[in-house]
Amino acid sequence: MKLHEYQSKQLFSQHGIPIPRGRVAMTASEARSIAEELGGRAVIKAQVLVGGRGKAGGIRLADSPEEAEELATQVLGMRIKGLPVRKVLVDEAAEIQTEIYLAVTNDRAARLPVLIASTAGGVEIEEVARRDPGKLSRVWVDPFLGLREYQARNLAASMELPRQLWSEFAHIAGGLFKTFLGTDATLAEINPLVITKASHLLALDGKIVLDDNALFRHPELAEWRDVDEEAPAEREARKYGLSYVKLDGDIGCMVNGAGLAMATMDVIKSLGGEPANFLDVGGGAPAEKVAAALQIILSDPNVRSVMLNIFGGITRCDEVARGILIALEGVKREVPMVIRLVGTNELEGRQILAEADLPTAATLSEAAELAIAASRVRAVR
Amino acid sequence: MSILINKDTRLLVQGITGREGLFHASQMLDYGTKIVAGVTPGKGGDWVLDGKVPVFDTVEQAMAATGANCSVLFVPAKYSADAMLEAADAEVPLLVCISEGIPVQDMIMVRRYLDQARVRLVGPNCPGLLTPGECKVGIIPGHIADPGAIGVVSRSGTLTYEVLYALQRRGLGVSTCVGIGGDPVNGTTFLDVLGMFEADARTESVVLIGEIGGTDEERAADYIGEHMTKPVVSFIAGQTAPPGRRMGHAGAIIEGGSGLASDKIEALESVGVSVATNPEAIPELLI
Repeated sequence: MKLHEYQSKQLFSQHGIPIPRGRVAMTASEARSIAEELGGRAVIKAQVLVGGRGKAGGIRLADSPEEAEELATQVLGMRIKGLPVRKVLVDEAAEIQTEIYLAVTNDRAARLPVLIASTAGGVEIEEVARRDPGKLSRVWVDPFLGLREYQARNLAASMELPRQLWSEFAHIAGGLFKTFLGTDATLAEINPLVITKASHLLALDGKIVLDDNALFRHPELAEWRDVDEEAPAEREARKYGLSYVKLDGDIGCMVNGAGLAMATMDVIKSLGGEPANFLDVGGGAPAEKVAAALQIILSDPNVRSVMLNIFGGITRCDEVARGILIALEGVKREVPMVIRLVGTNELEGRQILAEADLPTAATLSEAAELAIAASRVRAVR
Repeated sequence: MSILINKDTRLLVQGITGREGLFHASQMLDYGTKIVAGVTPGKGGDWVLDGKVPVFDTVEQAMAATGANCSVLFVPAKYSADAMLEAADAEVPLLVCISEGIPVQDMIMVRRYLDQARVRLVGPNCPGLLTPGECKVGIIPGHIADPGAIGVVSRSGTLTYEVLYALQRRGLGVSTCVGIGGDPVNGTTFLDVLGMFEADARTESVVLIGEIGGTDEERAADYIGEHMTKPVVSFIAGQTAPPGRRMGHAGAIIEGGSGLASDKIEALESVGVSVATNPEAIPELLI
């Protein structure tokens, strides 16, 4: 779960990291009064959960409260990468000397948290990593020891940060690591961390991604989820405990298991079709989940055929087949479907579906071919 | 021979009185696995599965009474870290964690501790292990694989079953199937399992089933190039997955340009591994 900039900075501040004065506004007149409190000059920043806000014109500098109101009106009317801007952060404008990148994330290969710092701040860090990996400094943190002060100093030294800023930097790095641990984040990033003209460090922008698996430990953060930023189908999927990712194709997919779901999409694509989504319906494919999943898939107007691929495993296929029929009772079947059932009692399962006039397939390739053909028939009609 | 588990495995089931734990314990017992004990705190003294398996309150008590040499965990995600540490401290040498949804930071801590304690963990978020005809630890359906000479290692669950079933239909048997799990931080990696298969006398060839996310497949390719004499074939899931989106498994995500299926396939092919475009085509690569 991604947090907004203003939420991330609030958490930074609670862990002793200096952030600019400012508040979030839902309306332009609120933005104006915040700018007045800040003394006139203010930065208006769109709060959306996608990157590239600056390039899209979602970050603007106002010289007066009047201009703040005008710019907030513009920004609040924008859509950035399809997402409507519903909030703006109104921050005190900082006098910037240098921009730094600082983040904590998990290094999968090392199986440890890692602090990454670079003097190439303000830009996409992946770009820096690709083009100029020498500009990145890293320290790995032992989970039993936590971040030690010397490690922060090592980072500061390797970045050639001015010595008088080292203790401020160590304090911020420590605060960022505590934020990361304390919120069960998978990423806590300050980009940029700036050296101000007055030679102090200030976290100008922030991003936190929380571990969805750990949200049970942080009910107060789970409440921060911005449902406006989720597509309705994804919100619905989350409610039923389904993993759903919308794609651009026209063949809806419902599969049990994430790996098999990806493989099913790959086979469709390799045979010339385009998957409309990733959807993992979970183990055993219970009737109520199958019904919910089908509603979600069919809510996508691009879907022209649907392919179900269920590996029964320990669950018996005849039971799965009956479950599918129950699930289909309440659903309009205007879109053609192909079902592939494999596992214990698969012949019985296929028989049950065939009697209900549902086309079945024995192999993954056969099912994909039938689904692709069905999608084209409909497209022509 | 086989790897990790065989007919001499004496299994402990943590979380044996839960719905999943009890169901799969009965499946494992039916398969022929020797389940010597179960653990559920607060249920010590009970017997489950028609009085065949004693239940203990703690792993320590279960170990003292039964001398298990492997533990499988069906413990809810929020208690899994504790259960793994408990088993490690009771000196169970091999843990297989089926549970899905364990926080990454828990796994980082647990993995660090298990490494120091020299305890091997398979999983979490995995289907477990199967040595056909001898022993099943976890949830892999037993009837979809026959004994044989192919080692299977995979990050996935049902995709693994798909491949096992395809092998069976072509009359190809399996030495051991290892599900290493779909989480970003896990216990046993492709490298560990490849090394075990290379050393195992029964295994003649290996199927490696990977997916997007991380760089484990690339490192496996390096290892294969340097150390493997036995043929390896592969399938990598997620060639059509968009970047930045978690594809079900917590570990299946393309981040910052790394974890792409195409990079993994290229790395594997560069060391002579045949990579199938369809999991059903794996058996053809082995014949």
